[in-house]
Amino acid sequence: MSDAPLNSTPQTGETLLSVEGLSASYGAVRALDEVSLNVPERGLCAVLGANGAGKTTLLRTLTGLHRATSGKVRLAGEDITRLPTEKVITRGLAHVPEGGGVIIELTVEENLRLGALWRSDRRDRTTLDEVMDLFPPLVERRSRPAGTLSGGERQMLAIGRALMARPKVLLLDEPSLGLAPLITKQIFSLLRDLRDRTGLTVVLVEQNAAGALSVTDHGFVLNQGRVAAEGPSDGLLADDRTRHAYLGF
Amino acid sequence: MNYFITLTLNGLASGAAYAALALALVIIYQATRLVNFAQPALALLSVYAAYTVTQLTGSYWIGFAAALGTGLLVGAFVERVVVRPIARTSQLNAIIVTLGLLLVVQGGVGMIWGNEQHSFGYAFSYVGRFAPSDVFALVSVGIAALLLFALYRFTPLGLRMRAAAFHPEAARLSGVKVGMMLTAGWGIASLIGALAGMLAGPPFISPNVFDVVFVFGITAAVVGGLDNPFGAVIGGLLIGLGMSYVSGYVGPELATLTALAIVVIVLSVRPDGILSRPTARKV
Repeated sequence: MSDAPLNSTPQTGETLLSVEGLSASYGAVRALDEVSLNVPERGLCAVLGANGAGKTTLLRTLTGLHRATSGKVRLAGEDITRLPTEKVITRGLAHVPEGGGVIIELTVEENLRLGALWRSDRRDRTTLDEVMDLFPPLVERRSRPAGTLSGGERQMLAIGRALMARPKVLLLDEPSLGLAPLITKQIFSLLRDLRDRTGLTVVLVEQNAAGALSVTDHGFVLNQGRVAAEGPSDGLLADDRTRHAYLGF
Repeated sequence: MNYFITLTLNGLASGAAYAALALALVIIYQATRLVNFAQPALALLSVYAAYTVTQLTGSYWIGFAAALGTGLLVGAFVERVVVRPIARTSQLNAIIVTLGLLLVVQGGVGMIWGNEQHSFGYAFSYVGRFAPSDVFALVSVGIAALLLFALYRFTPLGLRMRAAAFHPEAARLSGVKVGMMLTAGWGIASLIGALAGMLAGPPFISPNVFDVVFVFGITAAVVGGLDNPFGAVIGGLLIGLGMSYVSGYVGPELATLTALAIVVIVLSVRPDGILSRPTARKV
């Protein structure tokens, strides 16, 4: 992992992932209320907010794990709002759910291979080798059950499995959850590095607002299912009002 | 000593059928946490299909293939059309529905083919100690178990099926069509069940022919550990051997009790079955 200077000028492009007036609910409870946001190509964006603000629901609705009641999700211009999850994945949207969703009964390598199974070039080992290169700890544990990995290694494996699909956009739900600050920092800088090197677009949902804002270049703050604030990450970090009102630091 | 060997071989042969049936139950339980009480019904349809095809073509082996094919299709059909809509409401409802399906199919088979016994021979002689049909039972179940292991362990389909069974959401997020994997699992399980039926049903088949066999099959699955395929095979062989020894040395009237005794003893030592969860996770 390189020590890319934080908050370097992003070379972002046109809107890759666009969300328009997206609403979703759990029974009578409205979890997302007309959320609109645009994520540019090569963007590295944070989605922040308190518990229950709708961050996780936003990601789950984007990948079809949760049904939208209204609104539109477009990926590279294609409307993917109503696609089933397994189809959304094939369009280039990868989602690392909260806790990683690593399958502990499968080996490390099986978890990784699973991520690329839908691809026609799944027999090509270069993707697997590239992903393994990103996470040296996984290499020596490749034939061990994923259940034997530590929390940080599991998060690496989860990200690795998502990368196996060669996605355009990587959605991550609280990768720092339960991890030591040092490991969290490593994972954050890895994401930045990936974006810089491969042009991957990253959407990072975080409770750890300070950490997430210091690594991303753009931030969205959710509050009660709505976008309460948005802007460049350093701007949000400097804005005392937003920090106190929504981010709690 | 000779007698002991005979009993052992006979026990293994009848155990093979129980093992196959247990395997069918375990495959479905692993994927859906559901005990499929309709398993004997699926086997029944398969065996009657084989009976009819054999009568029409005169070939046991075409009938045998028909049984496996019927098992595969009927199993997949039942998952897709009967079980899935109900499993969405509750797991218990789905289990009850499989039980109901068993009764409906038994009744239906009686209406179509009649409730009286039909004679349906084996491909091989079943007379004498360790007859060719016993060898066939052991070998065919052994091959089925190995193929199953290879399928789950070494093929992309197997990896998808395991992922869907262990963690449906993570599987979907990896692009796996989880519903299709469940259907495939039921089809494969029911194919193995059809094999068990072909081994355990003949020489005489009737709508209730699998009632007792199913009890031993489910016993084997529980003894081995409901979510472990290796356990199912071991459990099946154990039940077969135990019953063979007891009926040989003590008396055939106690054979059925032996199965009960094995369950009680095994579960009091290992409540989740011989190969319970921690070992199962390595599979």
